[in-house]
Amino acid sequence: MKVSIDQDRCVAAGSCVTAAMDVFDQRDEDGVVVLLDPEPPAGLAAEVREAAAVCPAAAITVHE
Amino acid sequence: MSVPGHVVIVGASAGGLTTLEALRRLGHDGAVTVIGDEIHPPYDRPPLSKQVLSGAWHPDRAALRTAEAIGLLGADLRLGERAVALDSATRTVTTSGGMSVRGDAIVIATGATPRRLPGSEGVAGVHVLRGLDDTLRLREDLEPGRRLVVVGDGVLGSEIAATAVGLGVDTTLVGPQAAPMRLQLGDEVSALLGQLHTDQGVRLRLGTAVDGLVVSEGRASGVRLTTGEVLPADVVVIAFGAAPATDWLAGSGLYLDNGVVCDSRCLAADGVWAVGDVARFHHEHLRRSIRLENRTNATEQAMLVAANILGADRAYTPVPYFWTDQFHVKIQVYGTPTPEMRFGVVDGSPESGRFVGVYHLGDRPAAVLGWNMPKQARQHRQLLLPVPVPPKG
Repeated sequence: MKVSIDQDRCVAAGSCVTAAMDVFDQRDEDGVVVLLDPEPPAGLAAEVREAAAVCPAAAITVHE
Repeated sequence: MSVPGHVVIVGASAGGLTTLEALRRLGHDGAVTVIGDEIHPPYDRPPLSKQVLSGAWHPDRAALRTAEAIGLLGADLRLGERAVALDSATRTVTTSGGMSVRGDAIVIATGATPRRLPGSEGVAGVHVLRGLDDTLRLREDLEPGRRLVVVGDGVLGSEIAATAVGLGVDTTLVGPQAAPMRLQLGDEVSALLGQLHTDQGVRLRLGTAVDGLVVSEGRASGVRLTTGEVLPADVVVIAFGAAPATDWLAGSGLYLDNGVVCDSRCLAADGVWAVGDVARFHHEHLRRSIRLENRTNATEQAMLVAANILGADRAYTPVPYFWTDQFHVKIQVYGTPTPEMRFGVVDGSPESGRFVGVYHLGDRPAAVLGWNMPKQARQHRQLLLPVPVPPKG
């Protein structure tokens, strides 16, 4: 699984961090998403899909 | 409960699309029909009053998914088709185009419809902002130097005023509150927001109710206040709230009361569910029935409903959340601040332009606000989660 993010779309809700904290974080200064792991292990796949689904700005894309 | 074969989703915006995606992700491979009254493929609404209205984004960027991604979901997507009736007993939806479709499960995701000023129908220069077409029409009218009056001092009105003044439009924000978004933010933070708007050039005419529109030769020429004063205008935006889109459900057999009334599972009747702005559900933690008009609610409620359709039987107990971006300020709010709550800053400071504050009801934290501190505000969200009850024994 590969993950990509669009920081320009991000609205800093942080929903992705709540869903998958090992894969996503937020910048301290403006809350914009930071991708910690662009190729997360299979064990985190469900969390990552959840993060992409719950993002209120469609800023996360998962490539299976 | 047996897993339904055919799911009919009425509404093709964030709530409807998320329901479809979540059904597929959870393994449902039966037929799904999605009925949407707009011709546009599913798009996102929060950018409309900001990036799309300002012109920073081409309207296509508001699309929620690529055409390819939507195609892969394998649904029968009926766009430009308005649902006009539902029979909840037989779970049959009828559309404006004469289509009649029966589902084993029905999901109502029809959102809300903006309220309008009486006498504003068909008047040139008068706008509401709910959909993409509304936004593009308004954008067309917002020429630099024109006089805009935004009627409504809530989230949407405040965002539109912020965007319009950035376009060089002479902008006045009018509404009944003492400061913009006072209802959502309380006295302290709404006063800061009002100062921000004033500093950025928005004229605030707050604390005054609007009496009506002044029309000259079929075009808006002003907004009359109850004081008798007329604010001259070339363009008027009406942004004082939206009503849940339930007109089409008259005679459906569903209980309608400021939304489709649902239980804690978001179930309105046997096999009939509701999600998003249109749904009034029983929140088990808050112990009351609420309806949330915000973006993350549409998604989270849709994901839960998809799971429940497939047999999960989970209660929906969200921490309400919304954000708004105005000028250079990002505001995040968790929980629902009310006037009787006491507000205190816990991180940063208003002077520095960045802070997190907590609203207390008595000695209990009841809401959290971030002002240019989205990450830190989220980290305080846990204050609002119910304290787990230790197991007995």
